[in-house]
Amino acid sequence: MEEHELTAVLEALLFVAGEPMSLDKLAEVLEGTDTDRIREALDRLRQNYDAAGRGLQIVEVAGGHQIATRSECAPWIKALDKIKSATRLSRSGLETLAIVAYKQPVTRGEIEAIRGVDSAGVLKTLLERRIVRIVGRREGLGRPMLYGTTREFLHYFGLKDLAELPALKEFKEVAETLPEHEPIHEPASELTN
Amino acid sequence: MSTDDSQTAYAVKLPAFEGPLDLLLHLIKKNEINIYDIPISLITGQYLKYISLMTSLNLAVAGEFLVMAATLIHIKSKTLLPPSETDEEEDEDDPRADLVMRLLEYQRFKDAAQGFESREHEWREVFYRPASHGTDGPTDEINLVDMSLFDLLEALRGVMERAPTIQGLEIVVDELSVQDRMSLILDRLESEDGITFTSLFDGDTTRLAMIVTFLALLELIRLKRVRIIQAELFGAIRVWKNTNLQPS
Repeated sequence: MEEHELTAVLEALLFVAGEPMSLDKLAEVLEGTDTDRIREALDRLRQNYDAAGRGLQIVEVAGGHQIATRSECAPWIKALDKIKSATRLSRSGLETLAIVAYKQPVTRGEIEAIRGVDSAGVLKTLLERRIVRIVGRREGLGRPMLYGTTREFLHYFGLKDLAELPALKEFKEVAETLPEHEPIHEPASELTN
Repeated sequence: MSTDDSQTAYAVKLPAFEGPLDLLLHLIKKNEINIYDIPISLITGQYLKYISLMTSLNLAVAGEFLVMAATLIHIKSKTLLPPSETDEEEDEDDPRADLVMRLLEYQRFKDAAQGFESREHEWREVFYRPASHGTDGPTDEINLVDMSLFDLLEALRGVMERAPTIQGLEIVVDELSVQDRMSLILDRLESEDGITFTSLFDGDTTRLAMIVTFLALLELIRLKRVRIIQAELFGAIRVWKNTNLQPS
């Protein structure tokens, strides 16, 4: 297949798919085309879209490539009455989600220990929105449910995969964002006076 | 979550706190305190004042706030006591250390949540196309037989018959709710569409669990989240997610 043909076919596939297409999956459809070539063709397609200032873009999200609208077009898309953007998550929702995302698999008890408040309701909302899912149960007392994030989570936040999450701040960095920070080396020694 | 609209005639602007840790962090920032050297007496005083303000505004004070109040008072009392000489412990722990760690840990996730929020803001404005007809669900080539409830019940009976008869007594209080099981089924459909009816019950070892799974399936059918299709008479019953439902 010629390069420009390949680009065209990929564009068509992404248009129809309606979900992120991984390189492997695309390679499976395009028998005999290796993933490096597909990636190159996708990059070309992406550049075409960007250069032409189109209303669409090719994004890499939730483990694959997908056609999406550009955020600049959002106001007009929303004016189409059928289409709504998702309701924003509440502050407690985001907080809980951050804990699930970084600590997964995590139990409700562990989440509550960090937040210091009951989190059953928030978790339920996150489950219903399918941003969080039950990934199993922890063996041991009470066999509590373990929670983790979903593919929808990656989609919602435009993440390629979990590795793309920024690293959590170290305690030291966190303390520095708080006022009157002093360089702290060994918290224990500072405390005993 | 706003807690500031009470029934009072005058409006009181009260920042909403997610919980006691959130309130404490707010007090620490407001007083410009070094988190590693919290003046416990000052903070405890302000914390208690805030709680009594909440009470006076008829706001429900969650139990967690009271637990934290008790913790603060406990720490305060410890700092007031002279270091006991009878204690063997040489490396006297600061009674505040635990609390500081909890506050920092919580702040870490608050910061992370803020990052999530800006990503959310950005990506909420991006829209995708729902899948075209035909990319999901069964193809038209197979002759589909619509399933009735009785067919499903019959299939359930088959599955339950195959359930291992458990020897001895098993006491497992399994609190898996229908709701949870619904999420589990939808999750599975996310990764592999068209799963067989029987495989839905794979992890279920007790009749109760099977019934919960079955109820979850019925509920999903009712909500039109899934479709149940048997491609041929006596063939495997398969479950597909219903994609037509998404706004298109």
